[in-house]
Amino acid sequence: MIKKRLNIRMSGLGGQGAVTAAHVLAMAANRDGKFSISNPFFGAEKRMAPAESYCRIGIERIYDRGELVFPDVIQVFHPQVITMGKSYTMPFYSGVKEGGLVVINSDQELLSADDIERLKDLNVKVFYIAGTELAIEVAGTELSTNMSMIGSVAGITKCVSMESLDGALQERFGKKFVASGGTASLDEAIKKKFAKKEMLLAKNLATVKAAYDIASAWAEKNQYELRVGNPAVAA
Amino acid sequence: MADSHSVIGTKNKKGQTFTDTWTMMNDAPRTPSFFTGSEVIKEALRRASCDVMIAYPITPQSEAAALIGELFAEGYIGDYFRGESEFAVMSQCAGAAFGGARVFTTTAGPGTMRAMENFPMWSGARLPIQMIVTCRGINSPLSIQPDTLEIAYLLNTGMLVWHAETAQDFFDWILKGYMVSEEPDVHLPLALCCDGFFVTHTKDVVNLTPADMCLPPYDPYRSPVPCMDMECPPVRMMRDPFVMKSNYISYATHASWQQEVWAAVERSRKHTIKWINGLIETENTDAEVIIVSSGTAVSQGREAIRLLEDEGIRCGLVKIKSLRPWPGEEIREATKNAKHIIVPEFNVTGWLAKEIKATIPNSDRVNAGPRVCGGMTMPPEIIVSEIKNLLGMRSMSMAGRGG
Repeated sequence: MIKKRLNIRMSGLGGQGAVTAAHVLAMAANRDGKFSISNPFFGAEKRMAPAESYCRIGIERIYDRGELVFPDVIQVFHPQVITMGKSYTMPFYSGVKEGGLVVINSDQELLSADDIERLKDLNVKVFYIAGTELAIEVAGTELSTNMSMIGSVAGITKCVSMESLDGALQERFGKKFVASGGTASLDEAIKKKFAKKEMLLAKNLATVKAAYDIASAWAEKNQYELRVGNPAVAA
Repeated sequence: MADSHSVIGTKNKKGQTFTDTWTMMNDAPRTPSFFTGSEVIKEALRRASCDVMIAYPITPQSEAAALIGELFAEGYIGDYFRGESEFAVMSQCAGAAFGGARVFTTTAGPGTMRAMENFPMWSGARLPIQMIVTCRGINSPLSIQPDTLEIAYLLNTGMLVWHAETAQDFFDWILKGYMVSEEPDVHLPLALCCDGFFVTHTKDVVNLTPADMCLPPYDPYRSPVPCMDMECPPVRMMRDPFVMKSNYISYATHASWQQEVWAAVERSRKHTIKWINGLIETENTDAEVIIVSSGTAVSQGREAIRLLEDEGIRCGLVKIKSLRPWPGEEIREATKNAKHIIVPEFNVTGWLAKEIKATIPNSDRVNAGPRVCGGMTMPPEIIVSEIKNLLGMRSMSMAGRGG
């Protein structure tokens, strides 16, 4: 399926970097010459509380703002989004569009038989990736889980190029970035995990690439396609 | 006496060139940048030749306030400090403006409400302070998400009130706003509002003016009232104020000065039209259905218009940029052919629909909604649904928001 707009909802927990993931993905899409915006949705800034972010990527100017009520892609950054209902919508896949995609960071099945049935009725595909384990394996820290999630959605939908993701990561982490006190301290925390800033950039990019390859192979095997482009031209 | 134009072409201590504002905003090359709204506020301030910025943390303006602190550390802001509360901040802003400084501050939601007493005082004292309002919920239960109810409270303060749709509006209007505010025949504070998060926390493309150009400094001698002299009429307010006297002269002076403040709001009209290219922006006003709104509701309206076009329904658009001065004549003209006027709003009371109803003939054409509040999102689909219902057409059921 080729769509003029790809609406991505990232449901995570505070501290996991869902907001940063949406920003990086939108920055990369912008570098690729596409139209994109990203924005977060959260309550008080605290760890493990529900935090969502949204990334919209398209081939024409995007006006839509705020919470993504009807997403094409839903990314679940943490099992508790599903198991403990830490989501702004119930169930977490509420509003997902037909033919859409759900990416879940987990090494085990989390959906109930009812959930599986309802998603199947909507022709929504579910992709599981052990994103936190991958982050620990490749980058040596679970703080790079958001990189696994970026790689997953990019690998399946090809909504951004690896080259632009590289550029976006450098732009985000290569210089001093001040958003809020919370973001600044998280930035400091992840910087402490790496000896040098270059190492942080390289390891995070490697995590993105590893997830990208796994997701890309899954999409190919399952013959699943969800792309951003001009449907008229594609037809 | 100093003349602000005399410095044009010279450099400030950061090496930026004081540039004629019209040239800087309209002729200078622009660089596309992918920024959050908060970062855009910082970039506008970098170019604003701002003397004093006073900060107090409240979501969603905290990021912008923190970023301006960075700017102060870099040497772009004359002075910067944190007040004890929003009430203190707005009082301190008044002090700085009385002293002849170009003043900037940011606030939001409950902070705006806490500081409210100061705003009519700023107007009455004719202080051209610029205040960014990143709207959020003010009610209980509390919300940090966007809700525009606080704008309704600002409409009768005598401040100029503009409502930005995008971060681009924000960048341009922060700089242009000072030009309108500081005109001698205006000299009023400006509340430059946006919907928090939708603008402040959203990354979007914004075209920036060159970082090595900045506004000419504020010239306090352009003030229509003597600066820092509270003993001189007509603003002898602090000591022995008029309100303490019960005589004809005191009442008459009081009344005439209030009228003069609102006359100044009216006089700002011509400058506002010149600087932000009209008080409203319109598209397809010959359509039978027109969406009229301000802020992010305009953006959601634009998406709804696309969805309606796909179904062969034509819909016009009026974006209200300035709420004070109020574009009454412009709205009457733009809606004269409309059978249905849809006013989507991000607040519970529908204050904008009420303002529009009070402005146009046959006000039963106004559909006061759809409205969301407390930080709920307004998907374009619910605007489409509202319009199709008005046209007697079937629309998709919105119950349950999917699932």
